[in-house]
Amino acid sequence: MSVAKSLPHDAAPLHVTGAARYVDDIPLPEGALHLAFGCSEVAHGRIASVDLTAVRSAKDVITVLTAEDLRHENDVSPSPSPEPLLAEGSVHFVGQPIFIVVATSHLAARKAAKLGRVEIAPLPAILTIDDALAAESRFEDGPRVYEKGDAVGALAGAKRVIQGEIEIGGQEHFYLEGQAAAALPGEDGSMLVYSSSQHPSEIQHKVAHALGVPMHSVRVEVRRMGGGFGGKESQGNALAVSCAVVAAMTGRPCKMRYDRDDDMIITGKRHDFRIRYKVAFQDDGRIDAVDFLQLCRCGWSMDLSLPVADRAMLHADNAYAIPNLRVESHRLKTNTQSNTAFRGFGGPQGMVGIERVLDHVAHEVGLDPVEVRCVNYYAAPGEAMDSTHYGMPVEDFILSDLTDRLLENSDYLKRKEAVEAWNAENAILKKGIAFSPVKFGISFTLTHLNQAGALVHVYQDGSIHLNHGGTEMGQGLFQKVAQVAASRFGVDVDRVKITATDTDKVPNTSATAASSGSDLNGMAVQMACDHIRARLAEFVAGDDAEQVTFEGGFVHFEGKSEPFDALIKRAYMARISLSSTGFYATPKVEWDRIAGHGRPFFYFAYGAAVTEVVIDTLTGENRILRTDILHDCGASLNPALDIGQIEGGYVQGAGWLTTEELIWDEAGQLKTHAPSTYKIPACSDQPEVFNVALWDGTNREKTVYRSKAVGEPPLMLGISALLALSDAVSACGTAYPDLNAPATAERVFAAVERVRS
Amino acid sequence: MLVTFSLNGKTVEADVSPTRTLLDWLREDRGLTGTKEGCNEGDCGACTVMVSDETASRALNACILFMPQIHGKALRTVEGIASPDGEMHPVQGAMVEHHGSQCGFCTPGFVVSMAVGHLNGRCDHNDVLAGNLCRCTGYAPIVRAAKAAADSPVPNWIKPKAVTAGDLPDQPETLDGFAKWYVDNPDATLIAGATDVGLWVTKRLEELTKPVFLNRYSELQNIHVSDDFIHVGAGVTIAELLPVLRDHHPSYGELVRRYGSDQVRQAATIGGNIANGSPIGDNPPALIALGAVLQLRCGGQNREMQVEDFFIEYGRQDRRAGEFVTGVSLPKSAPGLRCYKLSKRFDQDISAVLGCFNLTVDDGVVTEARIAFGGMAGVPKRATVVEAEVTNKPWSSETIEAVLPLFRDDFAPLSDMRASADYRMKAAQNMLWRYFYETTGNSVDVLAVHP
Repeated sequence: MSVAKSLPHDAAPLHVTGAARYVDDIPLPEGALHLAFGCSEVAHGRIASVDLTAVRSAKDVITVLTAEDLRHENDVSPSPSPEPLLAEGSVHFVGQPIFIVVATSHLAARKAAKLGRVEIAPLPAILTIDDALAAESRFEDGPRVYEKGDAVGALAGAKRVIQGEIEIGGQEHFYLEGQAAAALPGEDGSMLVYSSSQHPSEIQHKVAHALGVPMHSVRVEVRRMGGGFGGKESQGNALAVSCAVVAAMTGRPCKMRYDRDDDMIITGKRHDFRIRYKVAFQDDGRIDAVDFLQLCRCGWSMDLSLPVADRAMLHADNAYAIPNLRVESHRLKTNTQSNTAFRGFGGPQGMVGIERVLDHVAHEVGLDPVEVRCVNYYAAPGEAMDSTHYGMPVEDFILSDLTDRLLENSDYLKRKEAVEAWNAENAILKKGIAFSPVKFGISFTLTHLNQAGALVHVYQDGSIHLNHGGTEMGQGLFQKVAQVAASRFGVDVDRVKITATDTDKVPNTSATAASSGSDLNGMAVQMACDHIRARLAEFVAGDDAEQVTFEGGFVHFEGKSEPFDALIKRAYMARISLSSTGFYATPKVEWDRIAGHGRPFFYFAYGAAVTEVVIDTLTGENRILRTDILHDCGASLNPALDIGQIEGGYVQGAGWLTTEELIWDEAGQLKTHAPSTYKIPACSDQPEVFNVALWDGTNREKTVYRSKAVGEPPLMLGISALLALSDAVSACGTAYPDLNAPATAERVFAAVERVRS
Repeated sequence: MLVTFSLNGKTVEADVSPTRTLLDWLREDRGLTGTKEGCNEGDCGACTVMVSDETASRALNACILFMPQIHGKALRTVEGIASPDGEMHPVQGAMVEHHGSQCGFCTPGFVVSMAVGHLNGRCDHNDVLAGNLCRCTGYAPIVRAAKAAADSPVPNWIKPKAVTAGDLPDQPETLDGFAKWYVDNPDATLIAGATDVGLWVTKRLEELTKPVFLNRYSELQNIHVSDDFIHVGAGVTIAELLPVLRDHHPSYGELVRRYGSDQVRQAATIGGNIANGSPIGDNPPALIALGAVLQLRCGGQNREMQVEDFFIEYGRQDRRAGEFVTGVSLPKSAPGLRCYKLSKRFDQDISAVLGCFNLTVDDGVVTEARIAFGGMAGVPKRATVVEAEVTNKPWSSETIEAVLPLFRDDFAPLSDMRASADYRMKAAQNMLWRYFYETTGNSVDVLAVHP
């Protein structure tokens, strides 16, 4: 069976030879036009005048569009709240598109876009969390509150209480391929769109509205993205809509891609948070109550901020059964880029909050933080079952066993002692070591999104072609799903081909997001294959169809074996349908996001990490020395690809919490808008020793081959790097380090100074 | 301008504007879309190509490489890394086998960097790949692939072949000719490696005035080591400088190991790093601490000055109209020299603070002090007050305590996206402590700590 095999990514040979095609690589017909945005340089203001004379007369410029030139909807919002493609009357952040330049080359369009003269009468700009709180600038009428027990009451009566606050910076996606789209006008008002998007159906929907045509007239194709990480869930809408509108207007193919700086200035990022906490606990570290205040900076438009902030609330417990837990969440509206989905979708921020609490409590009671974590864990299966603060029973809590195994494999206790001994001998450099667990809820919290479709064809020669609603952004989804299809038919995976995601093939898809890609689409493909398989089995065995097996490239029945392709040929001659759709809807999920109650998740994915670091107390410079991870992928569909997600997720998470720093100036201009100033991890930043293993288990829920989702959960293993830095700082004095994220060298240095004073 | 070079084994001629980037030409004019644009400023390596001449094969960033720079060179893109009949290069096979690609967008750049490293027999994979960013894998499987391929023989097809190309048209042919021409055309834009000037085109979207390419003047590319001095021509690349520094000034060498990335070091020149006048260039503070001498030429006239005297104030250097940097001479020996680069990320990052210390201590007393910083002022600058105060004092912690406040007399740094003023000041002061610990027998280097 091809599932559970560590086969390479299906496109790996294309990747390494440069033959893998991305949107900007697709050859367009003669006469293609190139688009660029002219953007606001003011964070908030009224547009007084727009003079585009110089733009129009610039070399190689064909035309220029403003909001007035849009014949239909001027909206690219993924949420019910509007978000104009081009500013109308006012601007709301530095980088907001005001006009579209259409030119005969990418460079000419970019150059001309700089020539626009837009006069903007500035209005007071709300840039920070404090600005927004002071101005009561928010989405939704007020804060959301989810609560279990009576946290306020329990805190009031508690013997030991501490409080604190952590700032958690945002994160730029830095997908290596920037946003890109192309549109080719067809006959009768139709439009073909190529988009680097995680959400082709939404591109189709927004383009249809912008063109004033039904969705059936718009076809969106996505072969692959050069990375997504959530940043291509909604942020590609503006480019695709622009291309389609101009293509419809001019009758010529259009392409638009952001230059890296423009990409970073225009598009949203991971939401930055400030989290305040008040916690009541006992001498053994057992936590009685936590009251969280989550302040979330959403940016100028709603985008996906509400479900992001919800998910932060839903992960405020992480792995801990806290009897009294209250989470109050404020979704603040600011004159900055509209923050958006990013791997973990708010979950990581919520989790950093509670891990900070555990770390702080452990420091306060003077116990090993691992001990404090373990006494607060949810009950293991078989013990009295706990429920989360949103009323979902935790049925499959494997973290106690997983933790024991990881601590043993990583030699945690011995290394912890060694770190202490090393620190006693070294005055300037200090080491730190920390453990952190992950419990991450799997499913879209917007319940209706938990559905997927697939289309499978078996051709006369026995080759199999399939499509599904998921998009490939590097995660290996196509490979995993192909392995599922091959397994259903008992054939070699080489027989299976998956081609570009296409709204003509599978309609009404959800975004490839929430780690759901293989869970949803794998299952939909399994359904489609099983329909065909059932027809074949009935053809072979009539009423004994259940006796037929598909294995090793043969179809077996009553001791006889027939090659798969021979059977297919016979079935075709016998006029058996060899094509089927498949459809899957996740069972069990049900969620009331206002009440904060229900079962938002089908199941949880688990993992844990131990990270060791060293810091230089003279400058705060630091290194990750070693990381050990044990992660739960259920029964892995492809262990190599899953390990790839875990290694990559950890490094991306550690980057978020250490070197990746977004800085805006007082005028609301993002100052870190290129890789020269925004530093994602480089090759030498990976841990020198990096041990990653998969937990040997299966999903208790009936997922595809009992596997578990893996896209987002490992990112949060990177929290152990932040905690290890905090541990190293702790070695410099007695005060709690209060380390904010990202823990840049500068912040580590400041924390060292704090604990010493 | 007609440019001649070899592309994946075949000689081609391209009639281009002198500021056409190689990346745009490959993708837009030639349809070779395997080479990717990730950042368009030489920071991500997605556009890495292999450029060879008779001396070496190098990995370079095509996004900030102007077409005339590859005149007469042999160029290989990712499409030319596999054999002409499609057999994969060992690094390509290893990348597939070790799951080194996920989204695949950075992969062509990695593959080219790895193939160049493989050809050159390099095993310092972190340094070879420091200029290639990957957002998916976390690098572990890529390094595994590089290690796995290391022992495979270099395939014959990848070895560079010579290219015949005449002079670059419309450009002064000799250095003397250029010197004369530049006096008459002082508004010309001098281009050596284009790691800085390239961004004027790709980011600032400027039209360059009279671009002139200096990489063909071999007189500027010599390194000459004499008894007391090392003379480095202005056109020497940082990559060529690195082994010389490792031999004679290991701490400066370690600094230069972290200068940009391999792709940047292979293009960037020492002359460019000085002449562009940046307050955060990595070479000037080290050269100032060494007491290096800068050489300039204007027409037929040469003059020399201390490197620190070249930097007058932010954006202004002591360079006359029509004058250009020809080289720099540094002492061959300076056992006291230590260079400390502080940046958000260790590799390929611009320094927030760069401190270079060169003290001579005799019998426990400081007899001579040269201390220079980058990132602490509008120019690379000596800490003259601190230097004066520390000289003739015992080399002790008491002396350091006493001189630390004087850093504020030397510097008033700014806050920006790289660091706050306060942190810059404290880190600079603490670098003196680090220097003290290191010169008194204690290692305080986080990079030297291993698990």
